[in-house]
Amino acid sequence: MTKLPTPDLEGLRARFPGVFGKPLSVRLAVPALMLGAFGIFVFGLVHLGFSPARMLFGLRQLGWIVMLMLPPDPGSSLPLYLKALGETLSIALLGTTLAAVFALPVSLLAAKNIVPSNIFRFPVRRFLDSIRGVDTLIWALVWINVVGLGPFAGVLAIAVSDFGAFGKLFSEAIEAADRKQVEGIRASGGSALHEIRFGLMPQVLPVIAGQVLYFFESNTRSATIIGIVGAGGIGLQLAEQIRVLEWQKVSFLILMILVAVAAIDWISSKLRFAIIGRRAVV
Amino acid sequence: MTIAVSILPRPQLTALNGAYRKAVARKRLRFALAAAVFVAALATASFGAEVRLGTLIAHFGNFVSYFDRILTLEDGTRVWTNFTEWLWGWRKWSLLLGETILISYVGTLFGAVLAFALNFLAAENTAPALWLRVVVKRLMEFCRTVPDIVFALIFVIAFGLGPMAGVLAITIHSIGALGKQYAEIVENIDMKPVEGVRSTGASWVSCMRFAVLPQVAAGFASYTLLRFEINVRGASVMGFVGAGGIGQELVVAIRKFYYSDVSAILLMIVLTVFVIDIATGWIRGRLFGKDRRA
Repeated sequence: MTKLPTPDLEGLRARFPGVFGKPLSVRLAVPALMLGAFGIFVFGLVHLGFSPARMLFGLRQLGWIVMLMLPPDPGSSLPLYLKALGETLSIALLGTTLAAVFALPVSLLAAKNIVPSNIFRFPVRRFLDSIRGVDTLIWALVWINVVGLGPFAGVLAIAVSDFGAFGKLFSEAIEAADRKQVEGIRASGGSALHEIRFGLMPQVLPVIAGQVLYFFESNTRSATIIGIVGAGGIGLQLAEQIRVLEWQKVSFLILMILVAVAAIDWISSKLRFAIIGRRAVV
Repeated sequence: MTIAVSILPRPQLTALNGAYRKAVARKRLRFALAAAVFVAALATASFGAEVRLGTLIAHFGNFVSYFDRILTLEDGTRVWTNFTEWLWGWRKWSLLLGETILISYVGTLFGAVLAFALNFLAAENTAPALWLRVVVKRLMEFCRTVPDIVFALIFVIAFGLGPMAGVLAITIHSIGALGKQYAEIVENIDMKPVEGVRSTGASWVSCMRFAVLPQVAAGFASYTLLRFEINVRGASVMGFVGAGGIGQELVVAIRKFYYSDVSAILLMIVLTVFVIDIATGWIRGRLFGKDRRA
């Protein structure tokens, strides 16, 4: 039996250093990253005033609050709360619809396959980005200055902040549309508007409808919080009851919000399936 | 050259045309009904939300001039003509913005760690017991359905005013949102490695550590970065209820009509959000290649 030649270990090591031992910089990268992340975390805890004593105190307080919340009880203000809930749903529905109606034409301007010129598209996109960068609550404060306290300010706040989000999402959906149908329309002599109406819209409308329904769901949540700054709806009641420490009413209001959101979730997922059919599953 | 277009015999054509018209008519009727229901819902909603178009039109000038006012300094000049006057408080505001980012960082990390611990219990394919899965899922649902600012309102009372309440509110919300997304990733993994590890007699924890984690780590990191981005936006308004960060300054400026301050703070918030967006997008691209941006 022939003996296998002993491998030239030293030579191999010299030729393939990466196989035998990764360089220190590579091996240390992950631990260093984690250490850095942890360092910032600890700095954050100290800087933001976390301390075990405060934590324990707060948890004890929180325990008390939870005890006081049980059982949920609306007292005598149930009709008021139901009206507020209706207001919240109305805010979400109107705000989402307004935003979608205004965002559709603008999103065409922000889509690459409709407006090929970068000079024109760039400002539209940055404009939409800036609108999205400002939170709904801030828009609510601005609109309260304009139309006064009340749910209408909430509708406009949701409409504006969703306008930014929809503009971006719709333009992405338009960019993802298939080119061939548009070309078909052009080949048969259609104008630019015909291309959009008959080539693009049938492709993108189901996608857009799905997104609008999804936003309606999430806006039901947003609409509950804009009341905190005075823009109507159930959030107003919630913030008030928290301020006066009526914990049983607070927990009842939270329960109402949970039930309403679950109901809207259910309805809109049914509708989504009805509109976009099986494709939603994929 | 002429092309002969074959035309069907008339009786066959009328039958086909009739079927087509019927199908289209049914579709149109369905659409009209849906539209009618939708319009009715809108009408009810505008009644419920006290829509006053008159007020809007009468005061729409206010909205436009609001932007005019926030872009004007006290001496009547435009803000961009005098940056030192406009951004007079940039030192204070930058510190507060830093605090805002720190709040969302600590909150996201806390939330991510807890969501990481919980998500394996909530995913369909890895949950050790059905009752546990249902309980954890309901808990997460609760955490993400109640808006974070509501938690902040309650925590401000329990833990006192200050950033701590904001951090905890963001933590709770992140547990719910991240836990759901994590569990969805785990539900999509390839189960073969898990079976392989289990066949060697490994415990549940080892299965998670050596078979599931290597498959999901990248997705987890990507979602966590996205959540951080969202939480920065959320933390910028935590100050509205006294839970720390830049929001406090902003709400004071808006309520007291310090117009140029409003635009200065908004500008700084929007810029910060942009920077965080771009930075996390870049990190996600670096970590997982361009195709994992979802």
